[in-house]
Amino acid sequence: MVTYTLKRLGAALLTLLIIMAITFFLMNAIPGSPFLTEKSTPQQIALANAKYGLDKPLIIQLKNYVVNYLKGDLGTSLKMQEGTPVRDIIFHQGKFVLSIKLGLISLAVAVIIGIPLGCIAAYNRGTWLDGFLRVMTTVGVAIPGFVLATLLLASLAVKLHVLPTNSGQLTDFKSYIMPILSMSFYYVCYVAKLTRTSMLDAINQDYIRTARAKGVKTKMIVLKHALRNSLIPVITYLGPVTAGIITGSFVVESTFQIPGLGKYYVQCVMSRDYPVIMATTVVLSALVIFMNLVVDIAYKIVDPRITLTNKED
Amino acid sequence: MEERKKLLEIENLKKYFPVKAGFGKKQYVQAVESVNYFIYEGETLGLVGESGCGKTTLGRTTIRLYEPTSGRIVFDGEPIYDSEKKIAVPMLPYRRKMQIIFQDPSASLDPRMTVGEIVGEALDIHGLFQGKAERRERINQLLDEVGLNTEHSNRFPHEFSGGQQQRIGIARALAVEPQFIVCDEPISALDVSIQSQVINMLEDLQAEKGLTYLFIAHDISVVRHISNRIGVMYLGSMVELGESYELCNHPIHPYTKTLLSAVPIPDPVKTRSRQRQLLEGEIPSPINPPSGCRFHTRCPYATERCKQEFPKLKEYGPGHYAACHLLEQGGI
Repeated sequence: MVTYTLKRLGAALLTLLIIMAITFFLMNAIPGSPFLTEKSTPQQIALANAKYGLDKPLIIQLKNYVVNYLKGDLGTSLKMQEGTPVRDIIFHQGKFVLSIKLGLISLAVAVIIGIPLGCIAAYNRGTWLDGFLRVMTTVGVAIPGFVLATLLLASLAVKLHVLPTNSGQLTDFKSYIMPILSMSFYYVCYVAKLTRTSMLDAINQDYIRTARAKGVKTKMIVLKHALRNSLIPVITYLGPVTAGIITGSFVVESTFQIPGLGKYYVQCVMSRDYPVIMATTVVLSALVIFMNLVVDIAYKIVDPRITLTNKED
Repeated sequence: MEERKKLLEIENLKKYFPVKAGFGKKQYVQAVESVNYFIYEGETLGLVGESGCGKTTLGRTTIRLYEPTSGRIVFDGEPIYDSEKKIAVPMLPYRRKMQIIFQDPSASLDPRMTVGEIVGEALDIHGLFQGKAERRERINQLLDEVGLNTEHSNRFPHEFSGGQQQRIGIARALAVEPQFIVCDEPISALDVSIQSQVINMLEDLQAEKGLTYLFIAHDISVVRHISNRIGVMYLGSMVELGESYELCNHPIHPYTKTLLSAVPIPDPVKTRSRQRQLLEGEIPSPINPPSGCRFHTRCPYATERCKQEFPKLKEYGPGHYAACHLLEQGGI
């Protein structure tokens, strides 16, 4: 287990390096410069380029990024908050924490509501309840988050005045409802669908019949035998989703004017703030990689048949 | 013949499974159709028949793992199911008395549970121990009884071979100290070399604990070896039931005769001189089974009556039952 984790961490570092390279070349491929404004003269731009090392050959610039990152230096912002260390922008202005917070709440909602919904649908297979849930989840995975967000804003906040319109401020419980709902609804539905399918698969297995022959109560059969055996696909899905829910929140953040990392990220790309783009990408990638590692280790806990190493016993 | 105690009596047991057949139409797979049989305490009743003839369904319906469509089940003098009197007792206390060993040992064990948990769960449900020490001791004792090591209790089912997995399945069934065990093709998923080990173990356990078995198999030579009496099924109905020796040597139902003539004899001289009776056609679908006697479409002796009337199981010799109109009229 330890060697496996270490190996995976090594692979993760390599992956991050590749991501850095790709991001670097991609953002340099976009035309424009962080210093390009209507007033700036070519001399000023050249001066600024020289100051931040943007006049050097690309490969040297990339090397500088990598070396600095290994030292833990993420650079300083060129445009958005000129001169501020990127590390402070990401971690110390509440953006990252806010995005993570929103993401984790949405994820928790997806798991806490999605899995039971899936169980209920599977358990009541073929009834009206199952039919209703199936329609709901299908609609849910078909509606994009920004459509739902807009619809919620227009109906609940503007027309009915049930919820505050300034939900981006996230001051009280009420202001969380719409952003969380629009972020998690898709995932609730998807998790419910996945759980239902794998649950139905598990319910028809022989060992469920064995449990029944032992005299295990139906409720316990569902909770203990069927659910545990049907969680693998859900966990597989949850890994990337955890990262996706956090990184992909920028649409919802923009709609509700939530000052999170997602919204900031989009603005940085718009203004070619290279160091911030790079740092945000690396941080979010690291998050995705880390979540995948967590999922792989979680497999082992849920399913003892899975061996993490190739070693033969 | 002395009066022996009947542990289990089944009367007119039916089990239909609904199948969808297009819009609004509901059809049923008539998996078990009006089956009557009984099992004496301490004996082994073998159940044979082709694949898909309802042996497994009958076994599972007998212990109400499937809820019967109609009929009557009496266990140890107590009716546990009676569709006419609307009796359907809670099964929990009976799960202790009636157990089942499944065909596919690897699929019938929960892959997320250790062997100890699998065996222990049955103990937990029925509260068969006091304190953790007794529980562990009981699990070890059960594993020992089926020829497994006590260290095996911390391992998972996939770490074992097929034969060992079936032993776990047997230990699990024995955990609640049942009186009656349905052995649902317990050896057909195993290698031939392992089959005899498991069969011998089942026989030893029976002698030791006075167990009663319903032994389901499609291999009549295995059933003949282990059973005191044998029941033969065809397309959901019981066609013949009798003492093993009597049934194998003097079958009276036309289906049993053809079935037995298909059993290979390890003697080339006898095989050559033997007349094999071959049946024509395929086994009909249980969704739309033939009217009357279900065997009439393939029976070489079928009459007009066979096409219309479902034959009842009647006694034609001491303890030798068969369901055939022709026998009523004096034989074939």
